[in-house]
Amino acid sequence: MSIPLSWYLILAAALFCIGLFGVLSRKNAIAILLGVELMLNAVNINLVAFWRYLDPVQVAGQVFAIIVFAVAAAEVAVGLALIISIYRRRNTVVADEVDLMKW
Amino acid sequence: MTPEQIIFIFCAALILASALMVVTTRKLLHAALWLVAALFGVAMVYAILDAGFMAVVQVVVYIGAIAILFIFAVMLTRKEMRDRGPQLRPGWWLAALLGLLVFAGLTFLLITQPGINRTAAAIPSDVDTIGRLGMALVSPNAFVLPFEVASILLLAALVGAVYVAVSKK
Repeated sequence: MSIPLSWYLILAAALFCIGLFGVLSRKNAIAILLGVELMLNAVNINLVAFWRYLDPVQVAGQVFAIIVFAVAAAEVAVGLALIISIYRRRNTVVADEVDLMKW
Repeated sequence: MTPEQIIFIFCAALILASALMVVTTRKLLHAALWLVAALFGVAMVYAILDAGFMAVVQVVVYIGAIAILFIFAVMLTRKEMRDRGPQLRPGWWLAALLGLLVFAGLTFLLITQPGINRTAAAIPSDVDTIGRLGMALVSPNAFVLPFEVASILLLAALVGAVYVAVSKK
């Protein structure tokens, strides 16, 4: 393993910031969820890299990453169901136009 | 440059280029397909990190389930937003500035940490990391409780998603 740990961390930071840009700048709610997925992947790269570089015999880092996988799957399922439900009722997926709870 | 470093740089370039396409391309279906490319690059990074199980789970769960779910959702909500007009909000340059600032801050913090350029020791050849991971997930002394909580969360998300998305007629 001749790759320094910092390479992984900087890759994850760049991926996280690209995802952050997507979340903040896109109009479409599905595109916002795509950005969230990129950010979750950046976190997972960090977790697995720290597992490998700090303590590969204990598997706690990988278990944490697997829990993040499960949470991401649950988040996408519920999020996309909400978006489809909103689309059925209001015929839009633009996040700015979903202002039912805004007073 | 060792071959490992060249492979890593190739993977990183693939991930970052695909991620940039995900957040900037105008066609949403293309964004979902670029997400598949980015997720595949992350799976390769897991493989470089000796996390074979994570690489397989990445391909099966993320690409096989989550990305396909995204493609279905894009197709189900396509009539209204036919990729016309700007896909970015008016203040997108503020978001770009914030992203660049966060990246600069994180990179500065990272490179000033001591021990950040360490390289990894080889995993001892008698340690079976995948076997240990499997045992740890179901062992009462390790992570069986988080494992069960995750399964309850997935069940709740399944029921909730069906309840929210079903059309009430």
